[in-house]
Amino acid sequence: MADVLDPYRPRASLIHRADPRVKVVVAVMSILITAALPLGAWPSYVLLLAAALALSVAAQLGVGFTLKRGLIAVPFALAALPLVFSTPGDVLASLRIGPLALDASLAGVERFASVLVKSYISVQFAILLTATTRFTDMLAAMRALRIPRLLVVIFSLMWRYLFLFAHEAKTLRIARDSRSADVGPKSGGSVAWRARVTGGMVGNLFVRGYERSERVYQAMLARGYDGDIRTFALRPLASSEYAALAGAVVILALLGLLGILFG
Amino acid sequence: MERTPLIEVNNLSFRYPDGQQALVDVNLVVYEGERVALVGPNGAGKSTLILHLNGIFASQDGHVRVAGLPVAGEHVKKVRALVGLVFQDPDDQLFSPTVFDDVAYGPLYMGLPEDEVRRRVERALAAVGMQGYGDRVPHRLSAGEKKRVALATVLAMEPSVLVLDEPTAGLDPRGRRMLIRLLDSMPQTMIVSTHDLLMVRDLFPRMVILDRGRVVADGPSADLLRDRALLETHGLELP
Repeated sequence: MADVLDPYRPRASLIHRADPRVKVVVAVMSILITAALPLGAWPSYVLLLAAALALSVAAQLGVGFTLKRGLIAVPFALAALPLVFSTPGDVLASLRIGPLALDASLAGVERFASVLVKSYISVQFAILLTATTRFTDMLAAMRALRIPRLLVVIFSLMWRYLFLFAHEAKTLRIARDSRSADVGPKSGGSVAWRARVTGGMVGNLFVRGYERSERVYQAMLARGYDGDIRTFALRPLASSEYAALAGAVVILALLGLLGILFG
Repeated sequence: MERTPLIEVNNLSFRYPDGQQALVDVNLVVYEGERVALVGPNGAGKSTLILHLNGIFASQDGHVRVAGLPVAGEHVKKVRALVGLVFQDPDDQLFSPTVFDDVAYGPLYMGLPEDEVRRRVERALAAVGMQGYGDRVPHRLSAGEKKRVALATVLAMEPSVLVLDEPTAGLDPRGRRMLIRLLDSMPQTMIVSTHDLLMVRDLFPRMVILDRGRVVADGPSADLLRDRALLETHGLELP
């Protein structure tokens, strides 16, 4: 759980030290380019994946780290499975379920594989970003990129209190478990009973969250909050950082162009 | 010596929207440099009274003045800079992603220039023995550390009065000792609500007992703490 909430992996690498604004822009652009690549542009996929792995090694995370974590995207990409059957083309195999005939085509398989690989590569970049950038730095980067301040404050509060909610949920679960002793063959009660208990716990969490939000707002008021959002000014990017940003953007644009023109 | 009243509460009554009468005709005057403990059972109105002292709750009946300013309308922002309020649960008080951001919050909203804000954050963290914790995230701190950072968040505003809601609740004996020593080192006028009567005996010469929204006793702690019958009537007990 803590891993999901706090994916940051502290290392002393150049990538970790890079300005979060540069990293956020490059990561978002990498994801956009990956998404924009045409289907079946395999050489470009390989190049992008190689770039992600190279960064992963440079960030001292190792090759396996992002590769393994990227698997989290695979179940979502399975939503593209119908493409195998819905794309017209040379029939590879036929599946017959009663009156229904499903024809898997070669083109369909390639489409599906492309979607799978593209989503996997996109996630690599997202993982790289979150593993090498503290969330607080990411918030500053969002501010610099002119994401509405209110939204950034909401992200910040969400991140701060998510841990607390996870903790409260755990406390509630322990309280439940300590009162559900195993006394017979049918322990834990019926599904309906368990659903009711779980529903009660969710409601309980909601009420606690609601009450806490009032107290947090009072605490903000007590220190002068007046509806306006104030933060420190960010230091301007150094020229070397602009250069790094421009370099990354040019490389990514070339990769994208290559994929679109030559597949 | 001429004493100036810093906080004046006159005939204050308050009723929550659900109809619960939380305060009834409360009168309280606190002078500069005083240390006052508010004690009483749960639900006596201690927290409600505290939330009136810097205008989080607007007075419905009666009025509150801080340093001569009525706690209402245009004065509220000024009053909030004068009265540093530390909430009971530091997880409510510490709402920013890092310790530094949290301590800087009050000074930023006071409109201070950035280098002054940084200086104040340094000073406030040093005052509570948490220097070097600026980059830390609040959920990684211990309960005692959170309490001290919560105190720093208001110290950075350099208030004239410190108001603390149950400062020693939930701390282990060592954390409690540390916090009491810390409070003792603060020069400000201080008002705390607490169940910790031992702390009251050691730190607060004056004690106000609240019960069911009313002030039922107000006097030297040494005298009131000796009155077993009084304490028992109002659900208190000296260990």
